[in-house]
Amino acid sequence: MAEPIVSIRNVSKKFAGNIVAVDDISFDIEQNEFFALLGPSGCGKTTLLRMISGLETPTSGQIMIGGENMALTPPNKRPTNMVFQSYAVFPHMTVAENIAYGLKVTGVPADETKRRVAEGLEMVKLSHLASRKPDQMSGGQRQRVALARALVKRPKVLLLDEPLSALDAKLRDEMRLELTRLQENVGITFIIVTHDQDEALSMASRIAVMEKGAVQQIATPAELYERPANRFVADFIGKVNLIDARVLAKKGKTVTCETQGLGKIDIVTDQTCGDKVTIAVRPEKLKISKAAPKGAKLVAIEGTVRDVAYYGDTSHVVVLAKGGVELAVNVQNDSREGGSGVERGQKVWVHWAPQDTIILTE
Amino acid sequence: MAAQLKPGSGPLDYGSRLWLKTLFAAIFFMLYVPILTLVAFSFNTDKRGIVWRGFTLDNYVKAWNNASLQESLINSLMIAFISTIIATIIGAMVALLLWRFRFPFKPAYEGVMALPIVIPEICMGVALLLFFVNTGMMSTTVNLPWPLNLLNIIIAHVAFCFPFVTIVVRSRLVGFNRQLEEASKDLGASEWQTFWNVIVPFMKPGLIAGALLAFTLSLDDFVITFFTSGPETVTFPVKVYSLVRRGVSPEINAASTVLIVITVVATIIAMKLQAPEKSGKG
Repeated sequence: MAEPIVSIRNVSKKFAGNIVAVDDISFDIEQNEFFALLGPSGCGKTTLLRMISGLETPTSGQIMIGGENMALTPPNKRPTNMVFQSYAVFPHMTVAENIAYGLKVTGVPADETKRRVAEGLEMVKLSHLASRKPDQMSGGQRQRVALARALVKRPKVLLLDEPLSALDAKLRDEMRLELTRLQENVGITFIIVTHDQDEALSMASRIAVMEKGAVQQIATPAELYERPANRFVADFIGKVNLIDARVLAKKGKTVTCETQGLGKIDIVTDQTCGDKVTIAVRPEKLKISKAAPKGAKLVAIEGTVRDVAYYGDTSHVVVLAKGGVELAVNVQNDSREGGSGVERGQKVWVHWAPQDTIILTE
Repeated sequence: MAAQLKPGSGPLDYGSRLWLKTLFAAIFFMLYVPILTLVAFSFNTDKRGIVWRGFTLDNYVKAWNNASLQESLINSLMIAFISTIIATIIGAMVALLLWRFRFPFKPAYEGVMALPIVIPEICMGVALLLFFVNTGMMSTTVNLPWPLNLLNIIIAHVAFCFPFVTIVVRSRLVGFNRQLEEASKDLGASEWQTFWNVIVPFMKPGLIAGALLAFTLSLDDFVITFFTSGPETVTFPVKVYSLVRRGVSPEINAASTVLIVITVVATIIAMKLQAPEKSGKG
């Protein structure tokens, strides 16, 4: 594999008052990745991004970009460019002047600047608005200006700080697609910071989930969702039913657990685990049936429907199991009649395949 | 319900009540009639300027041809011009300092900086006079060629004008999005380039407004100038004062009208520029 484009080595950042924003993080980002830093607000993801850009200095540790240590390189000399959350488009300059700014201040010749600005405008489809001032533009258009302004610099790494959070829902979906296409076209490494798991899952090739200044897991979207490393990741990415359990016996790949409220459950897993575990099942892996399921291998639990929330394509059903545990079940409304097919107060069985269970030790 | 209310009796219809209208009229009358009279009588043909006898522009011609009045006006404009430039630069730098940096005793520094605004002019005039006399600047500058002989007055004017510039510029800077500065650096600009390309353009309306404010303050200052000018140097307000003591003449009306026009125009521009911009944010 090629040399990583960004390499983060034991980086920590403490702010005044001994607040630890980033706590001893190390990982690599490969060439041409669309990498997402995902986490709740205050988890240190933006601080980490700002340290990569040079706007923030690590308290300790090293950041290497393209194999070079960036410790003494100020932000204006780094091969990175950033798209800010507020876009930070210069209000007193036209769109074209904004895009040209980064080239002008670094002494790129005028004719080359002109060509690259035209390319940049083309890339974000704003050629017809080149002489507009930012205050006559919508949020989405300003965002494109910010993108073009960063990309014409031809950085090795493009940093995006919550780029979609200020857009409305429809525009956000559009920009999501556009960003992934843009990334494929320009072939630059993108690092995006977001608190929105959908955003990260749908765009990124790899995601680092952060909490309290530490990386909880780095993996592809599917792996994060289906094989979360711990309870935090399982809970943060998507919806999940979490049940505390104690391991009674292990036999090959089958683990028998004594769960709190659901009785004895057999789980098929290739993970190793300790005695105390949390078992996790995604709501869409659960099925509802009116009679006890036939397949002997299934995990089946009897309960009563407590709530049904209709979402059009799916219905979210909450089933109160006999032992007092609530299970969330997502039902596909796959025919026009009948919806989820269950109603409040109905006695039902919830079942799932043992191999769809996730075992979390932490 | 609302349809049944008489005009002027609605909760926010104060403006259409008779007593309030009368009060407004009285206030405007008190404030502006003296000024309007002054302007009107500048076109009067009567020598003593008390009774209206007919329209003329002679007073303006006479005032223009009055060498000492002309000299004083040129002095005033020169002082206002130079002190505005210096006060704007110092004021803007103080505003930047207070906006950008944290340092010990900052609140105290802020207070001291704003002192010239609240100190009675007379105290400031006396203090500056004593300072200039004791340091020997008074006797030295008097003998310097024009415009260097105005140095004392210029220094005095800068001293009381720059806090106004600081206040205006600083209130403008409060609305600055720090990400603009970061974006500039991120795009490859040095501190210096960022300052000139991003921060100064943002401050510009504040700078112009502050400068115009300083200009009008300097132009019509009487008290401080009176104390700090030497016997030979006369500014326009001081000259008008000495003329009035010898008796009112329509010439003074004419000259004052010119000054009023300059001041009002400058103030209007300053206010326009100071008005919060709808599009001030990035």
